[in-house]
Amino acid sequence: MNTLTTQENWDIEITAKNNLLDLKLRDVWQYRDLLLLLVRRDFVSFYKQTILGPIWFFVQPAITILFYTLVFGNLAGIPVDGLPKPLFYLAGTIVWNYFAECLTKTSTVFKDNSALLGKVYFPRLIMPLSIVLSNLVKFGVQFLLFIILYITYLLKGSAIAPNIFLLLLPLLIVMIAALGLGMGMIISAITTKYRDLAFIVSFGVPLFMYTTTVIFPLSVAELKYPAYSWLVKFNPITAIIETFRYGFLGKGSFSWDLIGYSFISTVIILITGTIIFNRVEKSFVDTV
Amino acid sequence: MATAIKVENLSKAYQLGDFGTGTISRDLERYWARLKGKEDPFLKIGETNDRTTKGNSDVVWSLKDLDFDIEQGSAVGIIGRNGAGKSTLLKILSRVTSPTTGSVKVKGRIASLLEVGTGFHPELTGRENIFLNGAILGMRKAEIKRKFDEIVDFSGVERYIDTPVKRYSSGMYVRLAFAVAAHLESETLIVDEVLAVGDSEFQKKCLGKMGQVSKGEGRTVLFVSHNMGSIAQLCNKGILLNNGNLLLQGNINECVKAYTYTESKKIKNYFEGDGLIKQATAYTIFDKSSARTKILLEVTLSSACVIQDMVLGFMIKDLSDTPIIALNNRHYENYASSFRNITQGKFLITISDAPLLEGKYKIDIFLGDRLADLEVISDALLLDITERYEQQTAFAIDSKLNKLYINNISWESI
Repeated sequence: MNTLTTQENWDIEITAKNNLLDLKLRDVWQYRDLLLLLVRRDFVSFYKQTILGPIWFFVQPAITILFYTLVFGNLAGIPVDGLPKPLFYLAGTIVWNYFAECLTKTSTVFKDNSALLGKVYFPRLIMPLSIVLSNLVKFGVQFLLFIILYITYLLKGSAIAPNIFLLLLPLLIVMIAALGLGMGMIISAITTKYRDLAFIVSFGVPLFMYTTTVIFPLSVAELKYPAYSWLVKFNPITAIIETFRYGFLGKGSFSWDLIGYSFISTVIILITGTIIFNRVEKSFVDTV
Repeated sequence: MATAIKVENLSKAYQLGDFGTGTISRDLERYWARLKGKEDPFLKIGETNDRTTKGNSDVVWSLKDLDFDIEQGSAVGIIGRNGAGKSTLLKILSRVTSPTTGSVKVKGRIASLLEVGTGFHPELTGRENIFLNGAILGMRKAEIKRKFDEIVDFSGVERYIDTPVKRYSSGMYVRLAFAVAAHLESETLIVDEVLAVGDSEFQKKCLGKMGQVSKGEGRTVLFVSHNMGSIAQLCNKGILLNNGNLLLQGNINECVKAYTYTESKKIKNYFEGDGLIKQATAYTIFDKSSARTKILLEVTLSSACVIQDMVLGFMIKDLSDTPIIALNNRHYENYASSFRNITQGKFLITISDAPLLEGKYKIDIFLGDRLADLEVISDALLLDITERYEQQTAFAIDSKLNKLYINNISWESI
């Protein structure tokens, strides 16, 4: 066989549209060093020129649970399934914080990094992934605070009992990250052109927290507002927080249905987010 | 030679104006048209990108139907006026944005330096930023580690390497950033006009490095600059863009010539203004008998207030804006203060033996009162020298090396 036309091999092809399902994950893998360096940058620049350094990661959740204990626990008297209040709130807070930080940071990722993204190419997915990983470091530090508090209460003989569902912890962490990432990417794609949604995120996320079980257990919601408790269950974060608490503290509402629902919605949101993000990243520079 | 980059039918449309409430209805309309398989209604009415005239539509074609190939190992200078589409082309080639239609096919990795120090974090040290910046540009950590000493050495900021870059001077910042980019191992290097900040020594070093990259290592270099001198020095091929269209592709000298020619067409040898300087004209006379070029510069001015001690000067520049000579009457004892209390008049500057080589030159005119500037007119006049004495010998002067010619010179054996 002798063909006159020689098929040339091109390494990169730049066209107007790309394949929706081509997520360029191989490219992302190529740039894995960048991902780690960005995480390092975020971590290091956070405490540069501070005296306390990484200790600042502890301060925010510590003060938050102090206030939650005083206001919601003592003043408002919302029952917490008979668990130690600081532990109850801290469990909810660190999970929620991880989700909220991933969501808000990812939702403005194009806007915040337009100077960088407008000048150099690397797989855009690196940027939200670095946000998720940076916040995972932060989550890890706060989780350490939780463990310290947990052991303290355990030694004091409080009525808390870890159980087998503790093994779900890695899955839970991945689910929080995926939810924050997925929702953030969906919003980020829209905010490149229309900034309206960014405003909704800035006041909506703190309000969104009240539809999860950060400051009250699901059992209380079901008891007081039986007609509306579906709203709380509808939020996929609720199942994650409840399972987290159940595994560590032995009390709370756990059901495979709830966590299964949460898992499926997480997968759907993540896939949708990635596809939308992939579509927008090509030319967001022109509209951001 | 093999083709490294193949650009086919490349176009890029931009939307002008603000994005606001009005844009969403238009977006829906476009989306609807796409759904029905029709052509985008807003791209149809796009106009060429001439920034100086007012258009009717909101869409401009920043690049329109570009087709060209770039050979592997060539150094290509991309030239054109502001808004010609140079940066858009580089942005598409470096995958920062995507084309509206058409495609670009590339062999090997592309490293682009559209801006110096992209992704530098002010709080991090020089060392940390080398790694971060290198990774952003597409290097692996091991690769950066291997080249670290070389990068630091090239940048010449070794003493500051563990200091946060926010404490760097802007020159040091650029040095470090370029050093990182210059050590990328990619098949193609794209450099936008980024060297303007460094000092001349460093600029030379950068140009040298880029020359080494293209000539020595056989990699492809795409370079955008408004400095025709450095373009001509570095590149062997050129692409001339005008309003998003490809005007000329080929030898770099032809492109530079075509560009400087179109630029200089806007200047005439006659100037009319409504400032203090009302009129100005330049003549050149070649005297065959004495083989001298005479330049006459006539300036008419009129001022509302009295100019007590008038200074009238001129600057002759080549078409790449490199000054060749700048003089005024205060530089000459005989004329230092011979124009006192002037309100209006016509003045003639006669250069009886101008040592300029054949070619086109631009003239700036300067008017002052003692030490104060009254009016400076840049690119006021165009000077076209067509005949020269030195052309009468059989050996041509290298115009790359020479700006001036000396008439009175001798070679003797002593």
